[in-house]
Amino acid sequence: MACEESRELLHAYLDGELDAPRAAEFERHLEGCAACVRALESQESLRSSLQRAQLYEATPPGLHAKIRSKLRDSVAPPSRRVFAWQLLAAAAALILAVGISWKIVPRFRSGTSTSLAESALAAELVDAHIRSLQPGHLTDVVSTDQHTVKPWFDGKIAFAPPVRDLAEEGFPLVGGRLDVLQGQTVAALVYGRRKHFISVFVWPERAGEAEQYTGTRNGYQWISWRQGELRLCAVSDTNRDDLVALKDFFSR
Amino acid sequence: MPHLRAAFNLARWLLRSRADAEDVAQEAYLRAFRFFPGFQGGDARAWLLQIVRNTCYTWLEKNRAMESPVEFAEEQFPSGGPSPEALAVTGSERERLSRALETLPARSREVLVLREMEGCSYKEIASITSIPIGTVMSTLSRARERLQELLAAPGRKETLRGL
Repeated sequence: MACEESRELLHAYLDGELDAPRAAEFERHLEGCAACVRALESQESLRSSLQRAQLYEATPPGLHAKIRSKLRDSVAPPSRRVFAWQLLAAAAALILAVGISWKIVPRFRSGTSTSLAESALAAELVDAHIRSLQPGHLTDVVSTDQHTVKPWFDGKIAFAPPVRDLAEEGFPLVGGRLDVLQGQTVAALVYGRRKHFISVFVWPERAGEAEQYTGTRNGYQWISWRQGELRLCAVSDTNRDDLVALKDFFSR
Repeated sequence: MPHLRAAFNLARWLLRSRADAEDVAQEAYLRAFRFFPGFQGGDARAWLLQIVRNTCYTWLEKNRAMESPVEFAEEQFPSGGPSPEALAVTGSERERLSRALETLPARSREVLVLREMEGCSYKEIASITSIPIGTVMSTLSRARERLQELLAAPGRKETLRGL
């Protein structure tokens, strides 16, 4: 890859928008090109300054109420259309809540050591991870900042995944996405580990013991553990020690 | 009110004014509400931010017709406040970045805000701004390079002007 092409890809790489082969190609170029490494570092540092500066503008406290009252005044018959919007929101929330309590909880609740290990779930988790490495599938929200990734899940799922900043421990946060496994929506956090990606899947698990399972499938390792009311499962082609270390940082 | 935080933030950065952003955000929500029957489903945040963005541009055309949304023209900065370069000496890091970001043209600013503050993917940015993904990428890279120049070269512009 020539430098010129590398500069074009640099921003897409920084934003996690390159597919795995292109990203690998870009990284190979970096290994032999100090100038492009410097350019990348300088963009990374710009990004951290922007995040450090917390430029996100606080919403004026009265704005919510102002819009609400304008909406009320602007339509005739006023109450009916507001009602339709609210009804829709309520219906959506209801469907989500029912769907989650009905489908996710009972199916995962009975998860014992053997059922997770034997069930198709482990295989699906590995497949979901492999699928995420396809172009454009790794992340829905791309950020190295846990305070960006965590709120992104708000309203999309009915539980709060533990998003940890583990950059100093050697697991930089890359982003997050939603995956559907066995018909249920689960959160997936993506971490980097040298040149590997690790998906950490998170879903609620009401009952069950604090058991840890590990396994291998098609050369991918996975390790699953329980944390409070959640079950977590890390999947990657990195080595098992890395996954164990990541798990320890998570449950610390 | 769904996504109001994101809506207000985008409006504030596009208009560079909290007061104007408050007005435009209200108008945008009224419009969103009117258009709601036409909402095809999908990503509600993107749909709403698209309306906020379009309302901002309409407002800018009407109220600040002199401002070009595309050109890198630092001189058009409206408030006459200190330049990013001057702030490099006196201001805080936050003021400096904020001023530098405001110096960029609106089209660059919006992709940066959507990318860096909202964490939008290129695809989401493309759908909010109605520009192709390739253009999102090139706009973003130009905006970041320009931002870096603004932050790295205090006093350079004054020198050029002095000539």
